[in-house]
Amino acid sequence: MASIALSRVGKSFGTVSVLNEVDLAIEDGEFIVLVGPSGCGKSTLLRMIAGLEEITTGTLTIDGERVNERRPKDRDIAMVFQSYALYPHMSVADNMSYSLRLRRRSKEIIAQAVSAASAKLGLDPYLERRPKALSGGQRQRVAMGRAIVRKPKAFLFDEPLSNLDARLREQMRAEIKRMHGELGATSVYVTHDQIEAMTLASRIVAMNAGAVQQIGAPLDLYDRPANLFVAGFIGSPGMNFLEGRCEQGADTSAVVLPKGFRLPLPLRIPAADGEKVTLGIRPEHVTVDAQQGEIEAAVELVEPTGLGVILHLLVHGEPFKLFSTDRALIRSGARLRIGLPRERLHLFDQAGNRMAAL
Amino acid sequence: MTGRLLLTIAHRLAILAYIVFALFPLFWLLKVSVTPNDLLYSEGVRLWPSHATLDHYRFVLENSAFPTFFKNSLIVAGSTSVAVTALSSLAGYALSRFRFRGKYALVALMLITQMFPLVMLVAPIFKMLSPLGLTNSLTGLVIVYTAFNVPFATFLMQSFFDGIPKDLEEAAMIDGASRFVAFRQIILPLTLPGIAATLGFVFTAAWSELLFALMLISGNASATFPVGLLTFVSKFSVDFGQMMAAGVMALIPACLFFLLIQRYLVQGLTAGAVKG
Ligand SMILES: Nc1ncnc2c1ncn2[C@@H]1O[C@H](COP(=O)(O)OP(=O)(O)O)[C@@H](O)[C@H]1O
Ligand SMILES: [Mg+2]
Repeated sequence: MASIALSRVGKSFGTVSVLNEVDLAIEDGEFIVLVGPSGCGKSTLLRMIAGLEEITTGTLTIDGERVNERRPKDRDIAMVFQSYALYPHMSVADNMSYSLRLRRRSKEIIAQAVSAASAKLGLDPYLERRPKALSGGQRQRVAMGRAIVRKPKAFLFDEPLSNLDARLREQMRAEIKRMHGELGATSVYVTHDQIEAMTLASRIVAMNAGAVQQIGAPLDLYDRPANLFVAGFIGSPGMNFLEGRCEQGADTSAVVLPKGFRLPLPLRIPAADGEKVTLGIRPEHVTVDAQQGEIEAAVELVEPTGLGVILHLLVHGEPFKLFSTDRALIRSGARLRIGLPRERLHLFDQAGNRMAAL
Repeated sequence: MTGRLLLTIAHRLAILAYIVFALFPLFWLLKVSVTPNDLLYSEGVRLWPSHATLDHYRFVLENSAFPTFFKNSLIVAGSTSVAVTALSSLAGYALSRFRFRGKYALVALMLITQMFPLVMLVAPIFKMLSPLGLTNSLTGLVIVYTAFNVPFATFLMQSFFDGIPKDLEEAAMIDGASRFVAFRQIILPLTLPGIAATLGFVFTAAWSELLFALMLISGNASATFPVGLLTFVSKFSVDFGQMMAAGVMALIPACLFFLLIQRYLVQGLTAGAVKG
């Protein structure tokens, strides 16, 4: 059990800077998910916590102690790799007990720890097998088992589920969540999958291009994305964006969309008259209303998902998505009218940052 | 159907032809070694002499310095292959895993050493070894062979290490191993095919090396087997029977050695093919 703190942590490979000034305080027992598109520096950040990558600038502390220069073996942290990185020449049991054997624990303690972990993960029938005789899901469990046998200060996961098929991924996701509930160990989990991030995290760290975009509880990021990147990244199907210009009135503002369509807002937004603003609304918040709908849209494509239906629309020539659980929409015609509930709108300023709460 | 069959047969025949072609000199070696001297020329082209004998073997073992040559070669080839493999696995690991200043210069330098015809180096090496008392000594030979074989063996080992995912030793280091322990307990066992290949390659190279053995060694006491073979060539004649008998016996350790490492070697050569 441990707290981990990163203070202005940066990383460059040679002259290329891949992470800058990351500040993050992870409390004991938290489940932190680092999420962002591929190449944004998530793995690098995780590997710096593990000690596999040197920290170029800034400070990393574990339980209040600076550990920048400490070797991985002395950090007492466990990590699950995307490739699982099981030792091919060792049996499942030996893979799991390797860390304990390095620490010269007694035979009884090792046997106990391995059997407890293997029971928890359903690996009992496979203990004597080599990794190559296991399926992908079983290998993944062995990798998890190897991490939990030694009761480390913290767990690091680097996209541990991305090599599994969808069903297995869902199942393991739930298992990881349950295991975190039982062990309560500080965890840092890297993924590019925003669903994994939403479902697992106590707090999400959304990253893009080597910089932290927003840190917060999953629903915070969903309800109040700090900028266009987070708004577009979290949620599926992704948020719709409409660019327009701000038009200031006496007590209220309006947004004028390119085709001259005027969208009045119920309050005044902090933007200059004529300033460029971006409106965002999630597909599930768009309403369909044949009479009252304020915007006319052309239906391009209908995707039934079972739970509901995703409509791909064109609004003023721009792609726009709508999600609804109303199955009747599967047979919607070529055109329909949609509404944008004001309380569901997100507004972003010229720089792409969240502007006002509506 | 018959087309496939014909193709298979043609394929097998081609392999057979190749094997015959490759092994024929070895067969001839064996054949001459058991042919009595008086039949050697009279039955020159027969596939097997009308009457075979082990006299040449007996003579070589009892009356020549061959056992000494054999022992010397074993010492030299054995020590060289072990020394080269130890050095090149460490160096190959470093080249495969670490970034360090001067790495590319070092690699270029190692490549350059492979480009010189060895003949050019005989004189300078003799000049260097002689004041150190390393001419006419097996140690001297081991040092020279090791120096010549390390660069290539290092590249060979590097390619084997490159084939092993970095994640494995990182996982081991996180599990609590130092880099060296991870190398020894996780990486080395997985590189056994590479190590076997390197051992075999260096062993045969040192076992059959003639130029330096001839130039640096004089006298029978520290001569190696290839040099020893030349003693069967006298000014007026070549004693083919004895030479071939010695040759057959010289094949034995190489064969034994490859038999020993064969399991790993096959694994190594097919490693890419079976990786799922
Ligand atoms: N060893 C390295 N040398 C140079 N650049 C690297 C190295 N490792 C990662 N990078 C670069 O750092 C960036 C972040 O990589 P990474 O942390 O693996 O991204 P992510 O895990 O978010 O997909 C990438 O642009 C990648 O090319
Ligand atoms: Mg990554």
